[in-house]
Amino acid sequence: MAITTGNQAPPAGRRRATSTGRAGDKIFLGLSRGSGILLLVIMASIAVFLSYRAAIAISQDEGNFLTTFDWNPAGDPPVFGIAVLLFGTVVSSVIAMAIAVPVAVGIALFISHYAPRKLAAPLAYVVDLLAAVPSIVYGLWGSLFLVPYLEGLNLWLDQYMGWTYVFDKTEVGVARSLFTVGILLAIMILPIITSVSREVFLQVPRMNEEAALALGATRWEVIRMAVLPFGRSGVISASMLGLGRALGETMAVATVLSPSFVISGHLLDPGGGTFAQNIAAKFDEANEFGRDALIASGLVLFILTLLVNGAARLIIARRKEYSGANA
Amino acid sequence: MKLQRKNRLRATAFGALAVSGALVLTACGSDDNTKKDATGATSSQTSAAASNVKCDDAKGQLLASGSSAQKNAMDLWVKNYMAACTGVEVNYKSSSSGEGIVAFNQGTVGFAGSDSALKPEEVADSKKICKDGQGINLPMVGGPIAIGYHLEGVDNLVLDAPTIAKIFNSKIKKWNDPAIAKLNPGAKLPDKAIQAFHRSEDSGTTQNLGKYLGATAKADWPYEPEKKWPAPGGLAASGSAGVASAVKQTDGTIGYFELSYATSQSISTVKVDTGAGAPVEATPENASKAIAAAQIKGTGKDLALGLDYATKAEGAYPIVLVTYEIVCDKGNKPETLDTVKSFLTYTSGDEGQKILSENGYAPIPAEINAKVRETVASLS
Repeated sequence: MAITTGNQAPPAGRRRATSTGRAGDKIFLGLSRGSGILLLVIMASIAVFLSYRAAIAISQDEGNFLTTFDWNPAGDPPVFGIAVLLFGTVVSSVIAMAIAVPVAVGIALFISHYAPRKLAAPLAYVVDLLAAVPSIVYGLWGSLFLVPYLEGLNLWLDQYMGWTYVFDKTEVGVARSLFTVGILLAIMILPIITSVSREVFLQVPRMNEEAALALGATRWEVIRMAVLPFGRSGVISASMLGLGRALGETMAVATVLSPSFVISGHLLDPGGGTFAQNIAAKFDEANEFGRDALIASGLVLFILTLLVNGAARLIIARRKEYSGANA
Repeated sequence: MKLQRKNRLRATAFGALAVSGALVLTACGSDDNTKKDATGATSSQTSAAASNVKCDDAKGQLLASGSSAQKNAMDLWVKNYMAACTGVEVNYKSSSSGEGIVAFNQGTVGFAGSDSALKPEEVADSKKICKDGQGINLPMVGGPIAIGYHLEGVDNLVLDAPTIAKIFNSKIKKWNDPAIAKLNPGAKLPDKAIQAFHRSEDSGTTQNLGKYLGATAKADWPYEPEKKWPAPGGLAASGSAGVASAVKQTDGTIGYFELSYATSQSISTVKVDTGAGAPVEATPENASKAIAAAQIKGTGKDLALGLDYATKAEGAYPIVLVTYEIVCDKGNKPETLDTVKSFLTYTSGDEGQKILSENGYAPIPAEINAKVRETVASLS
């Protein structure tokens, strides 16, 4: 560490940020390294805690933890499984992403490249504000407004898209379905995807755009050739942030969904469930063992989130070199 | 440019703070508006009468936790009691019956509120906390569980236990089903699908409805009474408030919740054909009549009630819920014992019970209530 002598050549083979040896540098190094380690320790202790409590519960589960379509840890014998929750969580998040990502990218492009300045600023502002709305408010809005108003859309989808199986509505009932949850989640994750994407699109080097314009490209062609390739990894990161919120959303889902422990491909039928919703719904009345069972389901959500984030990192790492970010 | 950006940022932050602040406030406020409506109006009348509360040696802070079904009653009791006994603080955390019992058996609360009596294994647990004694149930609050429905053009819906059971386990799917039509001659029942709502989370209300249906319509309701909704199918919403608002919202729905939710949102409730001369409406008085037929099934000082769900008494509404306060018969914590005795003496007293019927709950019948008072006085 004591590189204060005249010879400033970095050690061969391994390049490190050179320290001048000042106290500030050392303190900062210590602080940032400490924070990094602290984060790892926190994550590890969460994982250990979840695994420990989950192991207690799973070892006494009389059903199959992965395939049982029921949640009754208070029963005799205790039976519970995560199949329905995993299905519901993934499906509702996929619906949310399918709706939110294109719309968010569209809004971000509009704000960054099409809208006149006077309109862009307030529009960006409104989108950012959407992110500040607490999820319980979305839940109340969803159950009081969205659910009754989606009935028309559901009937239309059932009538004209029923042949797809997915949109075939086989059970009567108000729209308290995974499809509704997906729409609600899409609205909730829209602002975060939009605002990150917008920032990324604004970072596109001016020269790239101007060069494309000089070659005679239209504005759409500029976006297609310069903006989107440059922003791709940013948009993927933004989507992952949104997906993270969708996977873990609790109160809004608990308020809107009509949970039941069945897996149905008919997305318009009421029913299904998600990890976070199930934990919120069952935690209050659960005894010690019931809580362990819920923690076991939480562990699965934890792993699912890790997997999704890892996959996203892989995708971004593969695309980084093409993005132009290092140009 | 930089300056502008900073200003804009500041404005954004300020605006976001203002709006989100307002939203957070409304989120908190909207949570229990209905309950406030139900109790707020009457609390001013009752608090004036809170004069002859016996404080005795009550002192310090008393923690309690449990059933949310008795929350509104407990709020009033605590308010009146604390107004009379200065220096005493009673804190009832309305969570759920299960949570209350868990807290009681961990020794963190002076008493627990619960919609159902202690199970044998919970009694066994309580012996660790109650020195030389065990946990006992004191019935304190009764209340009707209303079956609320929303059906345009039908005002006086009458159902009996088998029909209710069949509706809730999806055996009857249409409003104009012959079974419903037979009970409602002359009513214009539409050819509409029934959407039956139940609670999505575990609930004492679900369990009590299950006990009623199991006792009166065993053939159509083959499930054990559990806090978890047992039947397949149907729709679910979270909390009594969630079920009530779902029923209010859509035509063709039916659901169950404590009566106060029906009255505060003006939801029509089903009259139950019990086999008595006339179908019985869900009211506090009618619930009291049904609870009056209850037998004490607990032994010793335990006053757990066995309700007669199949009662055919004139004007007795059979779908009722009795919530208990759970204490140790012997070996209560010395620092809170005096306060527990004094507080429960008030709640089981004439004045405490009178408040109940004024607020949509049913008082405990005099004969049982006398035993409750006796037991409270003997707590040690």
